[in-house]
Amino acid sequence: MEHKEAGIIKERAFTLILAGGLLLLSVFSLFVGVIDLRGGSVVAGGLGRLDILLISRLPRLLAILCAGVGMSVAGLLTQQLCMNKFVSPTTGATLASAQFGILLALLFMPRSTIWGRAAFAFAAALAGTWAFVWFIQRIKFKDTVMTPLVGMMFGNVVGGVTSFLAYRFSMTQALSSWLAGHFALVLRGRYEIVYLVFPLIIVAFAFANHFNIVGMGRDFSQNLGVNYNLVLFGGLTIAAAITASVVVVVGSIPYIGLIVPNIVSMFKGDRIRGSLLDTAMFGAIFVLGCDLIGRVVVAPYEMPVELIIGILGSALFVAMLIRRLNRGRKHITLGRDMPPRAMGGMRS
Amino acid sequence: MRANALTKSYDGRTVVDHVSFEIPKGKVISFIGPNGAGKSTVMGILSRLIARDSGGVEFAGKDVSRWKSGELAKRLAILTQSNNIQMKLTVWELVSFGRFPYSGSRLTERDAQAARQAIEYMELTDLADSYIDELSGGQRQRAYIAMVIAQDTEYVLLDEPTNNLDIYHASRMMRTIRRLCDELGKTVILVLHEINYAAFYSDFICAFADGKIAAFGSVKEVMNRETLSALYGVDFEMIDVNGKPLSLYY
Repeated sequence: MEHKEAGIIKERAFTLILAGGLLLLSVFSLFVGVIDLRGGSVVAGGLGRLDILLISRLPRLLAILCAGVGMSVAGLLTQQLCMNKFVSPTTGATLASAQFGILLALLFMPRSTIWGRAAFAFAAALAGTWAFVWFIQRIKFKDTVMTPLVGMMFGNVVGGVTSFLAYRFSMTQALSSWLAGHFALVLRGRYEIVYLVFPLIIVAFAFANHFNIVGMGRDFSQNLGVNYNLVLFGGLTIAAAITASVVVVVGSIPYIGLIVPNIVSMFKGDRIRGSLLDTAMFGAIFVLGCDLIGRVVVAPYEMPVELIIGILGSALFVAMLIRRLNRGRKHITLGRDMPPRAMGGMRS
Repeated sequence: MRANALTKSYDGRTVVDHVSFEIPKGKVISFIGPNGAGKSTVMGILSRLIARDSGGVEFAGKDVSRWKSGELAKRLAILTQSNNIQMKLTVWELVSFGRFPYSGSRLTERDAQAARQAIEYMELTDLADSYIDELSGGQRQRAYIAMVIAQDTEYVLLDEPTNNLDIYHASRMMRTIRRLCDELGKTVILVLHEINYAAFYSDFICAFADGKIAAFGSVKEVMNRETLSALYGVDFEMIDVNGKPLSLYY
């Protein structure tokens, strides 16, 4: 359609900017660290320097990209499927449940491999997410902000149980590495996250339209012949699996799943087909940027990425809330013919 | 389409009580009746959105529940009031979802053509790239109808399509519904609260009361003082406008 072209060019530009930024930051990330790999030193330093690149920096970069991509896509799916822009792995108990699963794995199978722990984390994340969704479907909240609040409370209860059990069985130390996400321990051979996350992203993309349709409600789905319960369950399973994979390998990465899809949706709308790639890239850029900050500010030491993301993320979250509230209020004063339940401020 | 002894109860309260009727093809049929009479529930059962307790809905020789959901979606479309989506989709994106039953996630040239025509038919071409949450209520309702047109079904079920619309947009919506039937040959079944719209724009009226059918027939058969007064418990006066029986109540 001719009139669509201007819009398409604008949308493409957004995607290209993201891709360029991601590439630039990725290259930059490879050359930041205790050992100087800049300029010709890789060539001059011979194999030793190249090894550092391959053993430490590259796996770390891949893990960062996967964590960013994974958490933002998991967030996008959860938001769409739950029809609520404030629901995400952080505010939907998925993250907390995955951590609980890892604790169970540590308690019952102390010798378990990463795959065993991943299985536990996945099962727990799925159970936690499903319980939460079942709960919010039972109780229909009038205010959309209530849903994530309940999710956070639920997540904190699960987190509390995790902490208590960890304390009781002297597991606090062991568990701490999964509580605060960081990339410092990702070395050669730790590519599990890549194997885990990427196939799931591809599945998510393949069923993007299904998730969109389910995100428009049960009646809407049935009208178009889409099995609501099956797709809802499938989509949440993918989101839980991605979250569990990230938590097992790098620990909890909060806020990404909440903020990134919201920012991208402002530019690209809510059609998952159109926004999934951008959401994934933006998530990767966000985590990469935070990781770089964490590595640079206290060099030669580094701060856990979770801390940086937490600071930036919570600030953005508050900004997002204020923006929504303002837009919602504008609607009331302008008296546009929005139905009453749209007035709460949750739009777009 | 034929309904046989449909029954549905919620928490022991029977909302639909052995309802049977046959829907004439290629006509506009309005369901009217007081609140809680079971109109919307019957419509939900017809379109398999609501599970019935007993009875059957025969559609094109087969019970609705035995149709594959995806196949039924090519022959029967339903819009409910809950279609109030707070999602940032453009009109074009929404309408193209109407083609989902045909080609799933991959939009063929034929699908794009159908979606374009539907948008044109509803006079939304200029708004095709606007987000639906930025449209007025009337425009948004038209976008949903465009989606249903793109879905290209023989039967269209609409649950209170004039809800939340002002008089201008509501009467425009009713004219569109008439055109769906007259120009596109669809059978349209709708739940309506404004009985004069039902009288003016439909071919048949099915009046519900207490989960049962109080009257079912042509507009002239149902729209009379006795039937309406008994149905709503309010005094009615009937006037004749352009050969259509319209009602006055206050």
